[in-house]
Amino acid sequence: MSNKLNHSMSLAKPDALDISNKQKVALSAGVIGLFILALALFNTNFPNKAVFLTLSLGLIIGGIVVYSREAYLSKLEGIKNDGVWFKSISSRGVWGWIVGVILTTFYIVLYFFPKYLGLGVDGAENTGLISLFDPLSHLLSGRNASQWFVYGTLYTVAILAFGYKFILKYRHNRYQQLRTVSVMFFQLGFAFLIPEFMYVMNNDLPYYDLKSIWPLNYYIFDEWSVNGFLSNGNIGIALLIFGVLSIFVFTPILTYKYGKRWYCSWVCGCGGLAETAGDSFRQLSSKKMSAWKLERWLIHTVLVFSIVMTAAMVYSYLGYDKNDFWLTRGVFISLVIGFLTLVFAAVMLFKRHELGKDAKYGAIGFFIVIALLLIMHYTGTTDHLFYIKAGALRSAYGIYIGSIFSGVIGTGFYPILGNRSWCRFGCPMAAILGFQQRMFSKFRITTNGGQCISCGNCSNSCEMGIDVRHYAQKGENIVRSSCVGCGICSAVCPRGVLKLENDTMKGRINPTEILLGNDVDLMDLVNQK
Amino acid sequence: MEHIVIIGNGISGVTLARHIRKLSDKKITIVSVEADYFFSRTALMYVYMGHMKFEHTQPYENWFWKKNRIELKKGYVKQVETETKTLHFAEGDTLQYDKLIIATGSKPNKFGWPGQDLNGVMGMYHKQDLETLETHAPNKDVCKRAVIVGGGLIGIELAEMLNSRSIPVTFLVREDSFWNGVLPQGESEMINRHIKNHHIDLRLSTNLKAINSDENGNVKSVIIEETGEELECNVVGLTAGVTPNIDFIKDSGIEIGRGVKVNRFLETNIPDVYAIGDCAEQHEAIGNRRPIEAVWYTGRMMGEVLAQTICGNKMEYKPGHWFNSAKFLDIEYQTYGWVFGKNGRPDYEQHFHWKHEDDTKCITVAYDKNTNQFLGINTFGIRMRHEVFDKWLTEKRDVDYVMKNLSEANFEPEFYSRFENEILQAYTNQLQTA
Repeated sequence: MSNKLNHSMSLAKPDALDISNKQKVALSAGVIGLFILALALFNTNFPNKAVFLTLSLGLIIGGIVVYSREAYLSKLEGIKNDGVWFKSISSRGVWGWIVGVILTTFYIVLYFFPKYLGLGVDGAENTGLISLFDPLSHLLSGRNASQWFVYGTLYTVAILAFGYKFILKYRHNRYQQLRTVSVMFFQLGFAFLIPEFMYVMNNDLPYYDLKSIWPLNYYIFDEWSVNGFLSNGNIGIALLIFGVLSIFVFTPILTYKYGKRWYCSWVCGCGGLAETAGDSFRQLSSKKMSAWKLERWLIHTVLVFSIVMTAAMVYSYLGYDKNDFWLTRGVFISLVIGFLTLVFAAVMLFKRHELGKDAKYGAIGFFIVIALLLIMHYTGTTDHLFYIKAGALRSAYGIYIGSIFSGVIGTGFYPILGNRSWCRFGCPMAAILGFQQRMFSKFRITTNGGQCISCGNCSNSCEMGIDVRHYAQKGENIVRSSCVGCGICSAVCPRGVLKLENDTMKGRINPTEILLGNDVDLMDLVNQK
Repeated sequence: MEHIVIIGNGISGVTLARHIRKLSDKKITIVSVEADYFFSRTALMYVYMGHMKFEHTQPYENWFWKKNRIELKKGYVKQVETETKTLHFAEGDTLQYDKLIIATGSKPNKFGWPGQDLNGVMGMYHKQDLETLETHAPNKDVCKRAVIVGGGLIGIELAEMLNSRSIPVTFLVREDSFWNGVLPQGESEMINRHIKNHHIDLRLSTNLKAINSDENGNVKSVIIEETGEELECNVVGLTAGVTPNIDFIKDSGIEIGRGVKVNRFLETNIPDVYAIGDCAEQHEAIGNRRPIEAVWYTGRMMGEVLAQTICGNKMEYKPGHWFNSAKFLDIEYQTYGWVFGKNGRPDYEQHFHWKHEDDTKCITVAYDKNTNQFLGINTFGIRMRHEVFDKWLTEKRDVDYVMKNLSEANFEPEFYSRFENEILQAYTNQLQTA
């Protein structure tokens, strides 16, 4: 909760946390693997890049695998959190800060200065780190690597290797294992391999990770992307339709049935990295009420921003004349406003009593969006929206949300803010799914009668910063828009109090003051409302 | 405005204060010498194990108390003057009350062992015990071995704590099997094996004779009663039960036995003085319950009830069906209704016991052999629903019904293996052979 570097009440570093010799060897292997990457970054010209790339990634993966096997398989099955608040890396100690700074620097270079990674500009050959990945890129798609290919490869390696570690850590828990296998599968297949193969089959198609849904995939409806789809015949149109259906049809249905976890902790790549490589940092997310307030303002601002921006993007390349194409600017704006109004009216009609004073904030947000859209429509010109050049608007959105928030802060700050700060504070997709989850879903975390002992393991391990204990100790189910359903609160609970489940909507939200186990008359008296 | 003073900021006192605040505008003061803010005592072990920091054991943020106008006073009450309704603090100041609630919890038992007050001998109950443990057992170099005396819930937690820092533990248990006064034999034996699997040196039917000191007054070794064996160690954990923490009211005129004597309204013999939680002792035990219930849940329930009485809706403490839970190293335990071990088991109580082949899961179902009425269940390694068993107990279901519908009570995470069919099969076979 606090940022103070107070390593519990421990006076000495507990010895049990020392690592075994085998782990030291594994750690060294991993470091050598990383060192090869560092040498490449500083332009060492390796004679046989394919061999050195294989060696490097092999050492990194092998190191993590051996290290984790030694850490978990030598002990009985169970919760393995001993010492997480003593270790420097996972308690905002020196190692935590060092890793945070390295990751953040990497993201800044990746997004803004890819030439330092060795990206060949204007047709020049790649050098440095990126050139090390050329052989793999050639193997998969026959083209040179880009900074995104390097990033994608490392990202996938991280999810696979740390996913394996996570599976071992929770080898008694099938829910954890299955969802980890799922994110590993979606990352390797959908995010990494399929787009490369799609390029091989049809190299005009824009890069499309099928599981990346608007608004997380903020550029899918941009002009170049849509043109890319439209100019590629049936397959392109099918993909574009899939993209639209994903957000408007598939997503609400799946979230209704299973909660937003179906996406956030079973499919999504950002979630996948957070749950695997980021698992060691989950306890760092702030559980303060003030953090929750900040979260609600930030994430919904991003959502408003991304809706308006996307509308503006689409709007900017639509025409005025319905003879050219039926979807004119006027029709489009009417559709958007009509849809938003429909959602807003439905929520106000059916869910007003659940929302309480939040209804007011919802209404303010709604009217701001509508006002912005109308202002855009009535002040916009052919190439200027909000008096700004349309292209500049789009790149601003890409930089501030896509790069800085999701990458630099979201992942770079894992060891400082916890592993889900992007998902919690910034992801517009999480905001939409969360809204669906809160309003209209069968998912909840059920609390088990009066069994809670307020120990706080659940809150401590919640990566989304939900104060789970606040609900559990009142015997109240947890129905929160931010919950990604990772299930760790349930896993670490020492009294078997929490269970993620899909059940009927009725009685899902059950505020109680007197817990089960006490006098039934008293429960009736106090809980009747 | 009426001034309610609560001594003790544990779960009982804090629950009471919260509920009084919901119901009224009374002035509320909570007095404690142990900690500035309410924390979950049951979570102290996780601080030593590094799962959490101490601040994470505090269920409410620090602004909560001011916002709810609950005053917190740090101080040690050394005397209660009931005629003038005054508390005298060891620090020298005083505090007036209109109504006083004693919610001071427990303290570890000491049975007069030679050496029981040496440096390095401790209970595991208060926040200060945790600090003492950090001093004497920070790691396996400083603490070469720890000996735990007393095989109950706190003893096994202390063993788990020390084990997390690779400190060798010898665990002395008086009974011939772990906690078998409470647990039926099959369960108790499974836990024995689980303890040993964690490389904890479990010594059953073994008593402590004396604790030896080195030249500086620190623990050097313990002597075992039965064998006379001397075990070198640096820490001795005394976890042979707890006793009400009420020394400070001995001369106040408030009636005490082992705890503060209360009636069903949680009133003491002195008007406007009440006692709740671990330190309260019922004149007559309620049902199968003990007169003193040193359990988290009962403390909370007493707090919930007494708030009604204090706010004008006089109400008896009338707890519902018994339930409890614990965790033995990696094995979770829940109980609903009554299942007796060796102690106090009624003649009519019959058990059905099932254990999974992996030796980490088992259940024991207790029923009345005359009427077949379901009496209670112990479940190890399989989570079950409180609500369902509470309902079945109220409905006085028979044991066949419970066994056939056991899957309704399952509370395991999704995708976990289910054992209801196997259990039912075993139950049916047992009936056929019986």
